[in-house]
Order: sequence, then C-alpha cells, then structure tokens
Amino acid sequence: MKITRDEVRATAALARLALTDEEITRLTRELDAILVYMEKLAAVDVEGIEPMTHAVALACPLREDALGPQLTVEKALADAPASEDGCFLVPRIIAHDKEA
Amino acid sequence: MTPLHWRSAAEIAAQVAAREVSAVEVTRAHLDRIAALDRRLGCYLLVDGDGALAQAAAVDRAIAAGDSPGLLAGVPVGLKDLLVTEGVATTAGSKILAGFIPPYDGTAVARLRQAGAVILGKLNMDEFAMGSSTENSAFGPVRNPWDESRVPGGSSGGSAAAVAAGLCAVALGTDTGGSIRQPAALSGVVGLKPTYGRVSRHGVIAFASSLDQVGPLARTVEDCALTLEAIAGHDPKDATSIDAPVPRYRDACTAAAADLSGLRVGVPEEFFAAGLDPEIERLVRAAIAKLADLGARVVPASLPNSEHSLATYYLVATAEASSNLARYDGVRYGLRVRDPGDDLNTMYQKSRAAGFGTEVKRRIMLGTYALRAGYYDAYYLRAQKVRALIKRDFDRAFATCDVIATPTSPIPAFRLGDRTEDPLAMYLADIYTISCNLAGLPGLSVPCGFTTSNTLPTGLQLLGPPLGESTVLRVAAAYQRATDWHTRHPPGAERSTP
Repeated sequence: MKITRDEVRATAALARLALTDEEITRLTRELDAILVYMEKLAAVDVEGIEPMTHAVALACPLREDALGPQLTVEKALADAPASEDGCFLVPRIIAHDKEA
Repeated sequence: MTPLHWRSAAEIAAQVAAREVSAVEVTRAHLDRIAALDRRLGCYLLVDGDGALAQAAAVDRAIAAGDSPGLLAGVPVGLKDLLVTEGVATTAGSKILAGFIPPYDGTAVARLRQAGAVILGKLNMDEFAMGSSTENSAFGPVRNPWDESRVPGGSSGGSAAAVAAGLCAVALGTDTGGSIRQPAALSGVVGLKPTYGRVSRHGVIAFASSLDQVGPLARTVEDCALTLEAIAGHDPKDATSIDAPVPRYRDACTAAAADLSGLRVGVPEEFFAAGLDPEIERLVRAAIAKLADLGARVVPASLPNSEHSLATYYLVATAEASSNLARYDGVRYGLRVRDPGDDLNTMYQKSRAAGFGTEVKRRIMLGTYALRAGYYDAYYLRAQKVRALIKRDFDRAFATCDVIATPTSPIPAFRLGDRTEDPLAMYLADIYTISCNLAGLPGLSVPCGFTTSNTLPTGLQLLGPPLGESTVLRVAAAYQRATDWHTRHPPGAERSTP
C-alpha cells in the first residue's frame, strides 16, 4: 500500500474537503493505484538536474506603481454569497468555545 | 454556394468586410442551427443570443460607417466556459461556480471582440478542464457529432464538437495537457495550443498555471492562424506572457508557403509504441508520407524521456491545481452551502465538498498529497526534475529537425461511459499530448483521415520549438491544401441543416 485511509483523511483535512466514508474508501483505492503508477519516476536518474518550475525563463517584471481602473466595491461584492457594509460576510473564524 | 454555417472564418470576415453578407445574417444562421441541433449535442452551456446579435449589428454599423473591419469581422465564435466574460455567467463546468457573473472580460476575449468577432455563447467542458472526454462536466456530457454514442474528447469537448457540427466557425479552448488537441483529433477539427506565454492567461480560470494555455479550434488551419493573430501578444496583466512581436500567422497558410522543400520533419518512434491503435498508426504514417511528397525531409527524432511524461504531468498539474483551487472557499463568489456550520473551516469543507465533482476532488487530493511534508521530495520535486529532462529531449531534437510529427491520440473517440470508472485509463488518453505542455511548446492537431472500421476522425500532431507557431501552421496548412479531410462534415450535422 502506498497510502492508507488515515493519510487520505489527513490530506482531505489539509485540502478543506469534507469527504464521506465511502469517498475515503474509494479515494484510498484510487490514489493507491495512481501512486503505484507514479513510482516509475523513482527509477529515473535525476542526479544533478535542476527542478523546472516553468517552461520559459521568467524575469520578474516590474511596472510603474500607478493608479488605474479597478473594480468598485459594489462590483467586487456582487458575486459574494453574503456581504454586509461593504465587506464579505463569513461565519465566525475562532471556533466557538462552549465553556467560556 | 456554401451554407453560412460551413463557411470558414476567413471567408466570413472577407464577405462581411465587403458587405456581401451581414454579420447579423451570419449570427442568426448560427443561432438557428444551435437551436436546431444543440439539444442533442450539448455543446453550449449558455447561448447569448441577444448579446451576439447586438455585437453583430455593431460590426455591421462600423463597416457601413467606413471603419476598417477587424481581422475576424462578423465571425461567430464560441468560448470554452473557462474564459471569463463580463456580465455573462461563467461556470468552468462546475457547480461550485453556480451563479458567478464575472465583472470583467479576459484578455483573449477582449481581443476577439476588438477584432470584430461575435461571441455566441459559452461551451461545455470537463469541470475545471480536468478530463479527456467532457464527461466530467457538472452539466451533462457533449456528444461527438460524428457518432453521438461517443465522446468528443476533452476537456474542450464542447469547443471541438461545436466547430465540427457548424455551431460556430471558431472556438477558443484551453490546453493544459492536450485539452485542445485531443478533442480536435477526436472530433475531426484543427486545434492549436500556442507556446506557453504566447496568449495571455488573464481571465482564464486557472487549472495548472505553469501549463495552461489558450488557443483556437477551427475547421481550417488558416482560421486557427487568423484567430491566434487576433489573441496573441504581450499582456501586462499576465506576468508570464511573452513580450515578442506577433507575426502575420496567416502568411504561413498561403499557397506560396505550401512547398515544404528543405523542411525537416522529425518522427519519434517513442510515439508509435504499444497502445497505439493500428488504424491511427497507418493514417498518421500516411500523413507523414504526404509531408514528404510536399518536399519535407523525414528524419528520425528521439524523445527518450517521453515515457515518463504522464506520471510527471499528473504530479505537476495536480499539485498546481490543489493550490489554484484553494480559492473556491464560498466567500467571494460561487457556492456556499445553505447549512455552513458555525465556523469558517466547516463552511469551507462543506461548500467545497458539495461544489466539486469526483475527478476534481481526486486531483485536489493527489496534488495536496504530493505537496505534503515528507512526500514533497519523492513526488513533486522529482517530477519537476524529470520535467527538465523532458524539455531537454525536445531542445536536442529541435537541433536536427524543424517540426515533430506524431499521432495526437492513441485511440479514436470512445463510447460515453467506457472509461469513467478507471481514472488511469482516462489519463492515458493524453499520453501523446502531455509532453508538449511540460516543455511549453506549440502543438497542433490536424485531421488526417478516418478509421475504416467505424469512420471516426483521427489527428496528426505537429510540435514546434518555442514560438514556432508559424512553422507548425505552415506544415499543417500545406497538408490541408493537399488533402480533403477537412471538407467532410459529420453526417448527422449535414442532414439536419435548417
């Protein structure tokens, strides 16, 4: 086995995905098969090879720090599931402490 | 007289500019055809009839007023629903973007409008461009116009099928691992993935940022050249866009350019190995022989690391996707579940679980795993090193040839449902298209005949060196001048002409 149920569960938590037990079971099987296939890369000799992050050599381009047209607050909020007073509205960020 | 829906973009633009036909007439003819045929095919997720007619009328007015017509004056275009459009719903084929109305046009879309193109609507696709059959769309599959029991390929399956069925003259797609070229091959049209950075990615919903590229699908090579000319070029809004002049790509498609004397076509035997359908091999080898008839010199090429491209791709692409798709959090746009729980993290987890489909979850999980502490070196870092080897193979190959010719897909269009249960079998559909993205090269698929067993289209893939679009287009255009595959239309789409 390349991957266990517990590892799949921990990965789902990192990926912010609430998965069902059935999904965990299926993904454990599927990811295991895929990772077995990926094992073929372990045999490639990559000694001294620099990792490639992009297809073209990139210089970090700079531009003038000038004012330009931007989205208005109304437009930026128009697609939000919930907003209030010109801000995005979200559930509480700090978990509810029932003892407090 | 060719019916309006089978005319090429080049013909339509010339006729609209000469006022032989109006942009409004061309638009209406296509909207009528979509209404008649698309209930069956499922290409369009959204048809913007009023918007299209308004754009067409504006093109006609400008030409009547003496303004110089754009390169694509009055050309009816469909957009893969991964390209954001101001005021027009954009879904990426996903439930998680339900209700999303983008507040701006992406750069490629804005440039199409400036060139006089008329945008008919948004085309179906695999969710977030993850798939090879368009069966991963949250809004139902697309049927292949050549055989409606089969897939059109993917992920730009709606784009390919719409062009094949005459539901637009040109479509834009995106290609991260073959998503323009593979559906073009399976649906019998031309598809071009430009060099990474040739077309701006601004306003393209991100899948794998180091691989994604926008490009055209059309029935002729010349139409792909015209469209690329309209959308290519540097964009300050995309830091990875290349600051190089845009040539007149259409000049690569003239009769004068069709003599291929002196041009070297490299053939890598690694792309003709086990798993290649024998009929496709026969047709692709015949197409390469045709290039030799046109004057090209066929030479061997070697890409020894291509056998590692699939594993490399599915690590690099999923790692980047897991990061890119973190933005779908139910806060700024898209789906938030009705019962989000009582803290932010629960809302994230529930909304993402409800909004993403099976394949997208699978890839987010694979990518997150490959990036985890303890696994990063073995998977992601190693894949990036193998990627460098794959690129080096191409650099060496292009020292001795001008263009590389291979099959686009190892198999013709498969039946709906045939591969949905086995993710790895589905991934293998991209085996010949992936290395081009990893190396950042331009690649094109051009129709090269039909299988005799069940008359399905096949594609010849042509790969060029960085910014070698003109060479790739020239070879493909010369091939189209010498063959008539592109003049055939799907029997069902031919019969149903309104």
